[in-house]
Amino acid sequence: MFANYDQIIERLSVNQLWDFPGGVHPPQQKSLSNKSNIEFIPLEPTYYVPVKQHIGVEGKLLVAEGDRILKGQLLTASESPFSVPVHAPTSGIVAKITRHVSAHPSGIPELSVIIDADGQDTWIELKPVPDYAKADKSELIERICDAGISGMGGAGFPTHIKTNNSKPLEFLIINGIECEPYISSDDRLMREHAWQIRQGIDILVHILKPKQVIIAVEDNKPEALETMSIACQQKTNYQVVNVPTKYPAGGEKQLVQVLTSREVPSDGLPIDVGCIMYNVATCYAIADAIVEGKPLIERVVTLTGRGLKSPKNVWARLGTPIQSLLLHGNYDASTQSSPRFIMGGPMMGFTVTSVLTPIVKISNCILVPADNELPHPEDERACIRCSACSDVCPASLLPQQLFWYSKSKELEKAEEYNLFDCIECGACAYVCPSEIPLVHYYRQAKADIRNQREEKEKSDKAKIRFEVRTARLQKEKEAREEKYRLASEARKASMNKDGGNAKDKIAAALARAKAKKEAFAKEAENAQSAENIKKKESVSELSDSFALPKTKLVAVDEDAAAKKERVAAAVAKAKAKKVAADEAKKENKEL
Amino acid sequence: MTLTLIALAAIALLALIFGSLLGFAAIRFKVEGDPLVEQIDAVLPQTQCGQCGYPGCKPYAEAIANGDDINKCPPGGEATIKELATLMGVEAKPLDSAHGVESVKKVAFIREDECIGCTKCIQACPVDAILGAAKQMHTIIIDECTGCDLCVDPCPVDCIDMIPVEVDSSQWEWEFNKVPAGNIPVRQVS
Amino acid sequence: MTMLSLSSSPHHHNRRDTGQVMRIVCYATIPGILANIWFFGFGILIQIALAIITALVTEGVIMELRQKKTERVLKDYSAVLAALLLAVSIPPLAPWWVIVIGTFFAIAIVKQLYGGLGYNMFNPAMAAYVMLLISFPIQMTSWLPPLSIAEQSHTLWDAIHTVFTGFTSTGFSVEQLKVGVDGTTMATPLDEVKTALLQGYTVTEATTRIIFDGAYGKGWLWVSLAYLLGGLFLIKNKIISWHIPGSMLASAALLSLSLFLIDGDQYASPLFHIFNGSLIIGAFFIATDPVSASTTVKGRLIFGAAIGLWVIIIRNWGGYPDAIAFAVLIMNMAVPLIDYYTQPRTYGHKNKASKDS
Repeated sequence: MFANYDQIIERLSVNQLWDFPGGVHPPQQKSLSNKSNIEFIPLEPTYYVPVKQHIGVEGKLLVAEGDRILKGQLLTASESPFSVPVHAPTSGIVAKITRHVSAHPSGIPELSVIIDADGQDTWIELKPVPDYAKADKSELIERICDAGISGMGGAGFPTHIKTNNSKPLEFLIINGIECEPYISSDDRLMREHAWQIRQGIDILVHILKPKQVIIAVEDNKPEALETMSIACQQKTNYQVVNVPTKYPAGGEKQLVQVLTSREVPSDGLPIDVGCIMYNVATCYAIADAIVEGKPLIERVVTLTGRGLKSPKNVWARLGTPIQSLLLHGNYDASTQSSPRFIMGGPMMGFTVTSVLTPIVKISNCILVPADNELPHPEDERACIRCSACSDVCPASLLPQQLFWYSKSKELEKAEEYNLFDCIECGACAYVCPSEIPLVHYYRQAKADIRNQREEKEKSDKAKIRFEVRTARLQKEKEAREEKYRLASEARKASMNKDGGNAKDKIAAALARAKAKKEAFAKEAENAQSAENIKKKESVSELSDSFALPKTKLVAVDEDAAAKKERVAAAVAKAKAKKVAADEAKKENKEL
Repeated sequence: MTLTLIALAAIALLALIFGSLLGFAAIRFKVEGDPLVEQIDAVLPQTQCGQCGYPGCKPYAEAIANGDDINKCPPGGEATIKELATLMGVEAKPLDSAHGVESVKKVAFIREDECIGCTKCIQACPVDAILGAAKQMHTIIIDECTGCDLCVDPCPVDCIDMIPVEVDSSQWEWEFNKVPAGNIPVRQVS
Repeated sequence: MTMLSLSSSPHHHNRRDTGQVMRIVCYATIPGILANIWFFGFGILIQIALAIITALVTEGVIMELRQKKTERVLKDYSAVLAALLLAVSIPPLAPWWVIVIGTFFAIAIVKQLYGGLGYNMFNPAMAAYVMLLISFPIQMTSWLPPLSIAEQSHTLWDAIHTVFTGFTSTGFSVEQLKVGVDGTTMATPLDEVKTALLQGYTVTEATTRIIFDGAYGKGWLWVSLAYLLGGLFLIKNKIISWHIPGSMLASAALLSLSLFLIDGDQYASPLFHIFNGSLIIGAFFIATDPVSASTTVKGRLIFGAAIGLWVIIIRNWGGYPDAIAFAVLIMNMAVPLIDYYTQPRTYGHKNKASKDS
């Protein structure tokens, strides 16, 4: 079904590629920001570093409020294989460890380390690997993990996990596509730091030993293509490939298809078809981590859109609030009727909920569109079934059917139509003539399904626990009943042995109890009358002195009561005897 | 006469063949369906809260199978009623408010310095999600708590609170109007 | 704190909305309409005007009753387009009430009763056309001969007069207008051939009659070519895809060709079938109605091809001379089935069966 290695190499050598279905050609707008060099920006007074910036679990905090820290110091430790540490972006003091607005469309606050910079920007002692070619594979992977590197193209998958590969690898694909309009951070990085990217690739080649390296760059970035070609020209098995511009060619699955004609299985990874893919920025960070020993604490961020007077690319430390980046880009508030800042590109980025939202490892762009540039969405109209959406879907889904089922919450049906194969690229909503926010519906449906699955898991567990508990209680009850039964049988047996005697004793005990009860009733009556006497006294006094008169009265009446009790007991005894005798007679009769 | 006999014989033969065919199919291709009670129980949220008036989800499932109303489960809410309606082939109806109203998901929390260690909540918990011993402080295993509320009443010192479960970003359902940042004017999509 | 506005990605849109799409389709009919006026007079303009007014009023009233945003819905131009397509499908001098009833039926019954735009199962224009054809067969088959061979010419004023009163300003009836210069009553080319075949003539003999110009009806060829031009314009601008018109014309051509090769006396040539009647406008403007057509690529090919087959089958062996409307309606019914069985293979899935696993 798919092309084999030799066929692929043959086609790549003449830059003849495959195609993926669908796709769109939104206006590129890259020239807004890609004209000038990546700028350095002055230090921030405060950084907000979220503890979790990748897919997986967060690490364990290593610092406490008030700690003095150095630039590059570990803030969290990677405890499980799926966690990636974060580092201090500069030297200073941990001002607070608290929940801070997250770089997520929901903005739901997440645990963050808030750092007050001291302005010294002092590095912690760096430990580069002197010669990676001699280093052990596992040591390099550990270094990559400790440097806090996770995929910088968008998804944020921990890089060390991807790199710790044991399956046969044919193609190491370096993704320099950057197919989202407006964004030019990878473009500038390739133009200015092709050599370091190449170093990163070399390290990956050393670890992964691929048969072929493909560096894919979209043809709307001729300068980057050229610099990458020059940087890689000495390496015979590095091939820089010119990919025709089409959105979303930079999607992992789409790029694998374009370069190799192979399709990543829907429940698998690119390695299942012999490919592993890294973003160029990730390669750059790997080189930094191994060669310089520097952890990932900054990245290139594109500041663009017509809402900024001076769009550009900057080196932003992780944890920089976007507010200050807006200042660097000369935000022009008059271009927007209501402020709108997009983290990421116009197709897949999200609107931030606060200007204090921090830059994280996956933030490649801050887009500030003017009102007339990316108009605010209008209300959706009825779907006219034009299927423009399915014509552009790169995953060959039926977006229209997914839309019906997502909207009507027929989630099972939506899943049947492969909802989870949707990569949320937004091509469908981009072309929808009825301006239906299709991807929004898919996201809601996906979240619904995920939450339902989670709930189902929980309820299954609860069910088991309930059933086990019920069974245990049942068993306990049975055991108790069994005990009672045995006890009563034993009593009966002993009674039969002793005849009426035992019965006498029981009856006597019962009578005593009855007498006592009567006595108490009397006592209570007396107490009541005592209370009546004291009625006029205040409530507090009453409650304070309650015990006293009661005991007194009891004492006074004690003799009489005792007498009565004795009489009653005697009467009861007599009665009991008679009853017992009757009973014994009866029993005898029965026997 | 013979013709009639032949016809009768033919019909009888056919009846025999098809009859045995059907019989064979019934045995050979028998589909072992989930017993109804199991299916209903699978739909119920398993909070074991007893708000339906039955001591747990399974008993309610049995009751539904025997014809009780499907709208007595507040924790399940609208979604569960809808599913039950599909399963039972009846009309979905609104939640019976006599049994409570649908609310946000909660878990119990014991204010531990006030706990006197009476074990009453432990006995009330239908899923053994409370840890503790007599005269010892108790605590809730959050992951196991179904938010059924049953431990709140028995507590003699009222030290159990029901706390709404906080949504984190991975559970967020893309409802921009429920963004915690609050006063943001939201351009409602759809 | 700054108040930020939030929305879900993509934040970009290609700015082509439903109204625009429908409007462009309307524009694409202009060459065909002009050709029609040139060859058959101004009747078509009056029909279009009546249809659009009726459609807008009907849709507007229903939107008000359904308490929807009337203006917004009217601006999607779907009602206008449906009215337009119905108007160009009926005889130009049909009485005014025919088109009014037809348009009302199309909008109110076929479209809105099913839930409005996007929910109707049948093509509104074609459903209305069939309703009219069955209800008012005389009015719906009173086609005029091309002006060049008509005995009586008529002006715009005549056309208006005829549509509203049944007679031209000078007192001629539609029956009289139908008479050609040779004194016989004219019909459409398809009618003509069908009748001739019934009378025992061959196709070749039938096409020697006065309304024919070679194998094609006088004027009809040019009207068809004009619509073809509009259709190609739509494909070029990616308003419609080539699949439905392509497969429809191809299958109609193939079937008629094989029949023609079997017996050229009984069955007309593929070119005759394509350029006479409304096969071209049907292929590019009617079968491509997105709402009622198939939505998958394979499905569209099947949908178009089946319509082409039905058209030729009905034309040759059915009771009606032309069959676009019937063919389209039949296939509208099959759309859910076609769509279900022609789902594309999703990326990363081996085949459709794998989605069950």
